[in-house]
Amino acid sequence: MIAHLPILQVVAPLIAAPACMLLRWARLAWLLATGVTWASLGIAALLARRVMSEGPVSYAIGGWLAPWGIEYRIDALNVLVLLIVTGIGAVVMPFARASVEREIPRDRIPLFYVAYLLCLAGLLGITVTGDAFNLFVFLEISSLSSYILIAQGSDRRALTAAYRYLIMGTIGATFILIGVGFLYMMTGTLNMQDLAARLQAVEDTRTVRAGFAFLTVGISLKLALFPLHLWLPNAYTYAPSAVSAFLAATATKVAVYMFVRFLFTVFGVDFAFGDLPLEWVLMGLALAAIFSASAVAIFQEDVRRMLAYSSVAQIGYMILGVSFATVAGLTAGMTHLFNHALMKGALFLAVGAVAYRLGSTRIDDLAGLGRRMPWTFGALVIGGISLIGLPPTAGFISKWYLVAAALELGWWPVAVLILLGSLLALVYMGRIVEAAYFREPPAGSDQRHEAPPGLLVPTWTLVAANLYFGLDTRLNVGLSREAALALFGGAG
Amino acid sequence: MELLGLYNYWVVILLMMVGFYVVIAHGNLIKKLVGLNLFQTSVFIFYITMSKKEGGSAPILAEGVERYSNPLPHVLILTAIVVGVATTALGLALVVRIKERYGSVEEEDIHDLDNPEETNGV
Repeated sequence: MIAHLPILQVVAPLIAAPACMLLRWARLAWLLATGVTWASLGIAALLARRVMSEGPVSYAIGGWLAPWGIEYRIDALNVLVLLIVTGIGAVVMPFARASVEREIPRDRIPLFYVAYLLCLAGLLGITVTGDAFNLFVFLEISSLSSYILIAQGSDRRALTAAYRYLIMGTIGATFILIGVGFLYMMTGTLNMQDLAARLQAVEDTRTVRAGFAFLTVGISLKLALFPLHLWLPNAYTYAPSAVSAFLAATATKVAVYMFVRFLFTVFGVDFAFGDLPLEWVLMGLALAAIFSASAVAIFQEDVRRMLAYSSVAQIGYMILGVSFATVAGLTAGMTHLFNHALMKGALFLAVGAVAYRLGSTRIDDLAGLGRRMPWTFGALVIGGISLIGLPPTAGFISKWYLVAAALELGWWPVAVLILLGSLLALVYMGRIVEAAYFREPPAGSDQRHEAPPGLLVPTWTLVAANLYFGLDTRLNVGLSREAALALFGGAG
Repeated sequence: MELLGLYNYWVVILLMMVGFYVVIAHGNLIKKLVGLNLFQTSVFIFYITMSKKEGGSAPILAEGVERYSNPLPHVLILTAIVVGVATTALGLALVVRIKERYGSVEEEDIHDLDNPEETNGV
């Protein structure tokens, strides 16, 4: 059983999905989906313990050894992403019960959980696999199911948002497929470790460079790197509350993981950052993302749309860390990946609780609600503090490491820009606080009261995680550093 | 004729660009999906082309055949075709729902319906 944990991580939700479809009763489907997501979290935790004590775990599917068979390979980098994806998946499930019943017609609820589990299976598959083509297949599983999840939003604009995401997501995935094809052409292998070893000899060819370009653009589309982020704001705004929390905290994170995996493991630091000027391109785009998306977020009238734009900016921070191409920078980027999932998850869940009570997430409608829904807005404020990056929250830790990494390179203007970007976050989170605590509630809104505990407990779990990982950084920073050291050690 | 000798790749590039252009240029949601399909199909041809061996037959075991094309890309692309079919099906399903809710499959009409104040104001 223990030996099969890597495959169970993917297969458990994958098998549970059709089982959910057979259960026509909404409550039962929810129960099964919850059980499976929590089991996935347990598997991820067991894997994490094993990786930390024994080093990377390799699993040969069907007994076919790599590089001929498909290999699942788990090291410090994957484990970090596995923990965050399963963790968020598990925390969102209790929230989903009440929230989904409110937003989705009863007879379609079991189907909703089918799509949710498939999406989880796809994201976990991308993370554990060590095979480039397998990665593409899991990418499509997670993407197709996330289009379905987004289209379930009650506003009709959810449909057009899902359609646009489908078009852009498919173009991105097809670019990745082309890139993988180019690499296969030159090396005759799809296994990532094997690719990394064989690419060294043929690195200096136009084919490999073209493959690199296609992969970079394709993955950038999936991770919503500025200016390829156009699908993201509408998708997160109009999706059901539970879905925006789940996707915002996991989908783009897994894409960032893919990016790091290809750049550092497959191509190697020397090729990606030495031979090609990728660091300058990435840094420019990351800084553009931070400032343009934060600026746009300030002017949004809808809280969810504001948070969606803020996600684009936060992805900028992660890519900025990656673009430093140093151990410190990559550590900061991966730490922020982990921490941002916690803060954006908490914020989207809190906004979901507001939507549950209010039926609206417009900033004007929040007037004076801070006192009527103290727990919900308390979560929003702490999540916001984490987003801005003030101690003692997780957001502070990642900003701290990011600034330290910039200073280590002597790039103090970048460090200043990181801090200025945080000020913009202060402005847009400030708008929510201003509306909720300092405006008078409109007349006739007395009946509004606190969200039910079924929504508050998951939200506050993530808020507590934000505070915990702001004080005890052994897990997130420790794993990130270990992953960064391994990625640089392997290349040099 | 070195340049034309690689005509398969020219076909791939042409199809890819035509598909991509259709996705970008057309406002009709169904035409966009057709373009997307074309774009994906070009990649299938790309994979099949690169698996070809000179003088090799199809990768099916048969009497008297010594040389086969590389079967792996064929298998991979079967998977990718399935993915393409699934994407098209989901895209078309979304278009049906969009038609139900908006009464149109033209991007411009949908934009106007979503932003009524913009249309009236100008």
